[in-house]
Amino acid sequence: MSAAIAGSGGALAKVLQRPAQGLARCSHQQYLRLRAQRPAHARGLTAGTRALQKKYTEDHEWIDTSNPESAAIGISSYAAKALGDVVYVELPTIGTSVSKGDAIGAVESVKSASDIMTPVSGEILEVNSVLEDTPGTINKSPEGEGWLARIKVENVSELEGLMDEGAYKAFTEEVAEK
Amino acid sequence: MATSRSTARLASSMIERTMIPSYRCRRGIVALATRQLHIATSHQAPPQLTLSITRQSMHLTMRQQQRRAQSTLGENTKPAPIFYTDEKPGKTALYDLHLRHGGKMVPFGGYSMPVQYSDLSVGESHHWTREKCSLFDVGHMVQYHFDGPGAEAFLESVTPAGVKDLAPGQSTLSALLHPQTGGIADDCIITRLESGPKHLFYVVLNAGCRQKDYDFLSSAIGRWDNTMNPVVHMRHLQTEGEPYGLVALQGPLAADILSSALASACKVDVKAWYFGNAKHITLALPSGESLPIVASRGGYTGEDGFELSMHPSQTVEVAETLLKTAGEDKLRLAGLGARDSLRLEAGMCLYGHDLDDSTTPVEAGLSWIIPKSRRSLEGSGFNGAETIVPQLTPVSKGGAGVGRRRIGLVVEGAPAREGAEIVDEGGEVIGKVTSGCPSPTLKKNIAMAYVKDGMHKAGTEVQVVVRGKKRKAVVTKMPFVPSKYFKER
Repeated sequence: MSAAIAGSGGALAKVLQRPAQGLARCSHQQYLRLRAQRPAHARGLTAGTRALQKKYTEDHEWIDTSNPESAAIGISSYAAKALGDVVYVELPTIGTSVSKGDAIGAVESVKSASDIMTPVSGEILEVNSVLEDTPGTINKSPEGEGWLARIKVENVSELEGLMDEGAYKAFTEEVAEK
Repeated sequence: MATSRSTARLASSMIERTMIPSYRCRRGIVALATRQLHIATSHQAPPQLTLSITRQSMHLTMRQQQRRAQSTLGENTKPAPIFYTDEKPGKTALYDLHLRHGGKMVPFGGYSMPVQYSDLSVGESHHWTREKCSLFDVGHMVQYHFDGPGAEAFLESVTPAGVKDLAPGQSTLSALLHPQTGGIADDCIITRLESGPKHLFYVVLNAGCRQKDYDFLSSAIGRWDNTMNPVVHMRHLQTEGEPYGLVALQGPLAADILSSALASACKVDVKAWYFGNAKHITLALPSGESLPIVASRGGYTGEDGFELSMHPSQTVEVAETLLKTAGEDKLRLAGLGARDSLRLEAGMCLYGHDLDDSTTPVEAGLSWIIPKSRRSLEGSGFNGAETIVPQLTPVSKGGAGVGRRRIGLVVEGAPAREGAEIVDEGGEVIGKVTSGCPSPTLKKNIAMAYVKDGMHKAGTEVQVVVRGKKRKAVVTKMPFVPSKYFKER
């Protein structure tokens, strides 16, 4: 879990290009505390920009919406942990046009196979071929280096129905209770 | 005095009837009554109905009559197990121990069972078993004793096993077969226990078939009782409603671990104890020497190992003692996840997936469970022999053969899972995958499947459809990973 957070923390610093080095290196708890301590205007502008821009589906995929022209898709840390060791990843084909909810690939562990459904419609621009040789990257950094594909979002309004980080967290807690 | 003596005589004649000769004379004394009761009240006749049975029984006390009535009406199949469901699962004696070790519990075969533990992932646990040793709780499985002079013949009527030829202590894999069709109702292990009565058999069946097997066996015993056959009793192994515990110690270190846990009074030599044999052992527990444990050398992983069946009061202590004496460098708990990938690498079937009611042992590649002595028309006499025996000879040699066969596959690219279709070059469906996973040991995708007869030879190339795409696959001999049983050389 901590490895996953450190991984996405690293990516966060890169994307924001802010002096967030400190945040990236600290623990998740510290990160949340530091973020909360910042003044309101700063929070509005920067903090959680990434978090706010990452949206989740009920099928545990995430999509980074900071650049709808080329949005990364992956599976959530929660899903990666629940799956266990990922031993095989099936990636989509570059150039395919997909509709929201289509299975665009699959993630397999020893005991299960899970389809990856695209959170939005669009065209597949890029795939993370690292996963073909080292599928375990998904476990190490599900919301960072373990991204699956990049998609050109066709209809930005489709993003509205997705959950933000807070809503997704509440959703997974609810799922876990059941 | 006179009364008590006559009571004693009556009682002793009762005993004679019920204990030894009754198997012979049962029909004479109570068969009629049994029939009447069957007609009148089907299977659950209230005992008071026996009042009107026969002359002899008029002389018996109420209690004796009750006992006799019960013994002819299902008493031979008691106690029965408790039938839990996945919706309302039961808990094995080790449930709390699983939780303490971070067991991730899932419903399986009517029980809440650990699929893995927090210390190791499924893959890690798999490797741990192949390299060191794992302890599996298999207390959800169903354990029975069959005894009585009819036990051998009864078991030979419902399974194709050579039960009569089993030496004391010897175990064999077998299958409960449906009459006529020869379909597999369940697979099982039958052991002739080494000490105790000559006709005492220990049978372990699958958890998922608990109710079905009980119904199957008790109705078979019901029919058996209505004939001239010697009596057979079937008892679920339990004490005060608690089933006997069952744990499996599996892996190359299993023999060492078990040896060092033996009680000093237990003189069993683990080095002269081979695969497929069961012994009574005792372990050194913190509370003293354990009650006798039936330990069978074998398992469901392809590794050397033992399955230990113990009195329910000691299940937790035995498991904790094994974990403690071995230490966590050698022995870890392992769950259903690792158990499944291990058994698949070992080429072993999982009932409900690779075997079912509509599959015969020949189709399932399990002809080897039918010994030579039971392949002839005189020697067969088991359920479904009329279907199975002709299947043993291929069509080319004048037999009936089979239309499909269970095979092993190595699949390129994506792992093929249960339900994936197998197609030939022309795209025609020729079979279906029944279980499959990425093999942690081989780092290849392995699967079991049924294919059309003729496509079953090792080396045959086929294609498996996974997520709409065809993937190359090659028919491969099983086990995929060589078994490491401890056998006499």
